Amino acid sequence: MTLSRRDILKIGGAAAALPLLGGTAFAQEKLKVGFIYVGTINDNGYNYGHNQGRIFLQDALGDAVETTYVENVPEGPDCERVLRELAQQGNKLIFATSFGFGDAVIKVAAEFPDVAFEHATGYMKADNVGLYNARFYEGRAVCGTIAGHLSKTGKAAYIGSFPIPEVVMGINALALSGRRINPAFTVKPVYISTWNDPAKEGDAARALIDQGVDIIAQHTDGPAALQVAQERGIVGGFGQGADMSAFAPEAQLTAIIDHWGPHYVNSAKAVIAGTWTAGDTWEGLKEEVVQMGAYNKKIPADVVADAEKIRTGQIDGSFKIFTGPIKDNTGAERVAAGVAMTDAELLSMDWYVEGVEQPV
Amino acid sequence: MEMLIPIIVTLVGAATPILIAALGELVAEKSGVLNLGVEGMMLVGAIAGFVAQFYTGNPYLALLCGAFAGAAVSLIFAFLTLSLSANQTATGLALTIFGTGLSALAGAPYSAKPIALMQPLFPDMLARDPFWRVFFGYSFPVYFSFIMVAAIWWFLKRTRSGLILRAVGENDHSAHSIGYSVTGVRYAAVVFGGAMAGIAGACFPLLLTPQWAESMTAGRGWIAVALVVFASWRPLRLLAGAYLFGLVMTMELYAKAGGGVLAVIPSELWAALPYLATIVVLVLISIRRDASTNAPACLGKPFMPTN
Repeated sequence: MTLSRRDILKIGGAAAALPLLGGTAFAQEKLKVGFIYVGTINDNGYNYGHNQGRIFLQDALGDAVETTYVENVPEGPDCERVLRELAQQGNKLIFATSFGFGDAVIKVAAEFPDVAFEHATGYMKADNVGLYNARFYEGRAVCGTIAGHLSKTGKAAYIGSFPIPEVVMGINALALSGRRINPAFTVKPVYISTWNDPAKEGDAARALIDQGVDIIAQHTDGPAALQVAQERGIVGGFGQGADMSAFAPEAQLTAIIDHWGPHYVNSAKAVIAGTWTAGDTWEGLKEEVVQMGAYNKKIPADVVADAEKIRTGQIDGSFKIFTGPIKDNTGAERVAAGVAMTDAELLSMDWYVEGVEQPV
Repeated sequence: MEMLIPIIVTLVGAATPILIAALGELVAEKSGVLNLGVEGMMLVGAIAGFVAQFYTGNPYLALLCGAFAGAAVSLIFAFLTLSLSANQTATGLALTIFGTGLSALAGAPYSAKPIALMQPLFPDMLARDPFWRVFFGYSFPVYFSFIMVAAIWWFLKRTRSGLILRAVGENDHSAHSIGYSVTGVRYAAVVFGGAMAGIAGACFPLLLTPQWAESMTAGRGWIAVALVVFASWRPLRLLAGAYLFGLVMTMELYAKAGGGVLAVIPSELWAALPYLATIVVLVLISIRRDASTNAPACLGKPFMPTN
């Protein structure tokens, strides 16, 4: 659109008249909401999940909001530039959806005190920086139950991106719940230092299967590892972020599905109503921010029943996977019997439970 | 030792696309054109190959489509740098960005759709044999890459056309003055490089992960560009280099997954090895003066005939 000088005068005049209309004119203005994703919205995994959440928000609030997103934003200085641009474009609510955006969010948020920022899976808060996260580990506990039952070799692998608490927690949840079923169950974590490199994820899966692993869980963004599991015909793995059964109909045992939409709607409503404050939410299966995909038909009914028990137990609060006694992988007791770990302890988890091989 | 064969099989898969792309770039650079757009051309080849495989299920047609798509975008580069004498470095970088964006756009409708992997070339009796699969367990592009190493070596060293291509790369004005079409030869070399990059890109959905994912080549086009320098513009050294890079990329993962013997060298060191190897090779090249002059003399310079 090109603006003539006359148009600009008109707009200027309208803007000058706006205060005369009072507060209602502003209240009816569309809330602009920005999202930044570390990967592409077509990854069928984590970023896809966030974008589905954005679409959910747009559908739910319709004309009241206008959403934009920027994908493939690297975790580094470039992220600052993107955040700043979104803020300058008039977005009053900005969701930074990856852990590594943290530093940039804090920095840019200080420059735009009237913009509400929310950082997913992070740990640094500020007056206008809220945190939100999902208890993915609850889904991992369900997966671990299935893995403990089905694994023939008793060896599972976990392809992770980086050893951050988020990922460590998932590994530990898988190992703890697997070992409830099979005390000899072990988990071998492999970090590949990237969220999105399908060929490397696939090669990591090949390397692990070659060494006797028959369950592969992953915390990277795409279905590459599951496809290798399918191709090699091992027991299987788990979809991460979204249902990946189209890629691996035999190998996907179930999936952990992210459902961020309801959270995005609540935050946007709060900003519109002027009641938004920098919160710190951590929701899971109960709030349906984390959901389980369909169980694979090849899983025996008693195993499904056991997995369901863990799922519903976490929803009604009767089962908490991180409850002592928990030993770490050097044999030292970290959590005493009957004690449940606090959220703060979970969010700074940097040690592995018994049965997890120390990554090399 | 039982790990050896699986490691080699994975290594071949990792090395093949890099080798094919680097061979194409080597020919282009030998004619005096530096095309930094390999990564972009690979991605365009990857989506073209994916789409062809998705609709036809014929992996050979998919490779061909990848080659055509890579060649087509390389023509844009050729037109800008050869016909309009644009700066090759900047145009190559632009080609990478363009190819990344174009492939993402074209691939958007295909993100949730798996395809079939390309099957091994040889019958199952050989291809699935626990031992013989190390030689016969691969699909066509792997054997193609070996044939192309030999063919390009022979072409550059032993044929008249290869001599002309090298002459154009070493001294464009002399080649021009004795009547060779510098621009024509360079067009052909760039398009060949584009086709090879396209085939290399198509290897990702056909050989490695049967899906389309944006930026799925994840920087391997840049490794291919670096390998050409690493190999000091020699096809046989390029073969060794591609497998060396493939080995360290693979061993990093096996070391992490394996423990035991495989973890004697820490995975961090495996991850650092390609860079150490590059430095060592560059030092060796500069010690041996004769090798340092192996770069085509006209590399990256636009050709502007004086008459």
